[in-house]
Amino acid sequence: MSLTALAFYLFASITVFSGFMVIASKNPVHSVLFLILAFFNASGLFLLLGAEFLAMLLIIIYVGAVAVLFLFVVMMLDINYTEMREGFLQYLPIGALIGLIVLVELIMVVGVWQVAPEIIGTPAVAAAPDLTNTEALGAVLYTQYIYAFQAAGIVLLIAMIGAIVLTLRTREGVKRQNISQQNRRTPQTAIEIKKVKVGEGL
Amino acid sequence: METFLLDYLPILIFLGVAIAFSVVFVGAAWFLAEQHPDSEKVSAYESGFEAFTDSRGQFDVRFYLVAILFIIFDLEVAFLFPWAVSLGDLGMFGWWSMMIFLGVLTIGFVYEWKKGALEWE
Repeated sequence: MSLTALAFYLFASITVFSGFMVIASKNPVHSVLFLILAFFNASGLFLLLGAEFLAMLLIIIYVGAVAVLFLFVVMMLDINYTEMREGFLQYLPIGALIGLIVLVELIMVVGVWQVAPEIIGTPAVAAAPDLTNTEALGAVLYTQYIYAFQAAGIVLLIAMIGAIVLTLRTREGVKRQNISQQNRRTPQTAIEIKKVKVGEGL
Repeated sequence: METFLLDYLPILIFLGVAIAFSVVFVGAAWFLAEQHPDSEKVSAYESGFEAFTDSRGQFDVRFYLVAILFIIFDLEVAFLFPWAVSLGDLGMFGWWSMMIFLGVLTIGFVYEWKKGALEWE
């Protein structure tokens, strides 16, 4: 067995295992950590496929940012473990039913799946052996696929505005430092001079 | 084996060495070291307090806002990498395509700055 095949089976088995542990582990924080392990191994699989840029992006974006987001979400949920386990048997039948339906649907979709032969024959970019992965992406992403690219920008904008609208609250009674206001202060507005008579106070 | 994968062979070797070492260290501590577990050994000692509450309290939602804004700009930077590599061949169309993309996200950036989402108060 070649080294590539060995690496593939290593990465693939760890991905499947950690994907299973994401749903099986009782502590949600452990689930997120297993998810990060799954991301790392999926990036190894991408690498074996030759998608170097995607592999690096998977590490930068999914491990570096999305996993942190998941950790925050897990910590924001007020989870009581004993309470969580109480309803397990009660909801098991309906959960199993939904899982079964999804499984049947997946089998029906994948069972009749046929890749159109002309799609395989005509890739968007002819594979050039001297082109690196990133260059091949850059050659088409910003010109040929400009609409998808700009749509991605719009989606990011919507995500940004949506997150701000949903979560930003201004709190009352918080004293903020306003530097320009501080610098605009003059002795006339800041200092009051009073004549104090001898023997009397203010 | 494809030739570009050879560039990643050091990482694979490094991974193997790291796994081997961690297995050796954890395994040696598990099997060789003398162990006398005692509940006092894991309790707070000296001037340590017993925990008042559960350490898993609820986080403020503002952490989430910071994280999601970070992801969005992280993605923006990810789009810049292939563009920077192939800018020489793209011409003006590719250049303005990216400028529009950056402009759209700058609108969002100005919005979040004006809204005060970047301030922690």
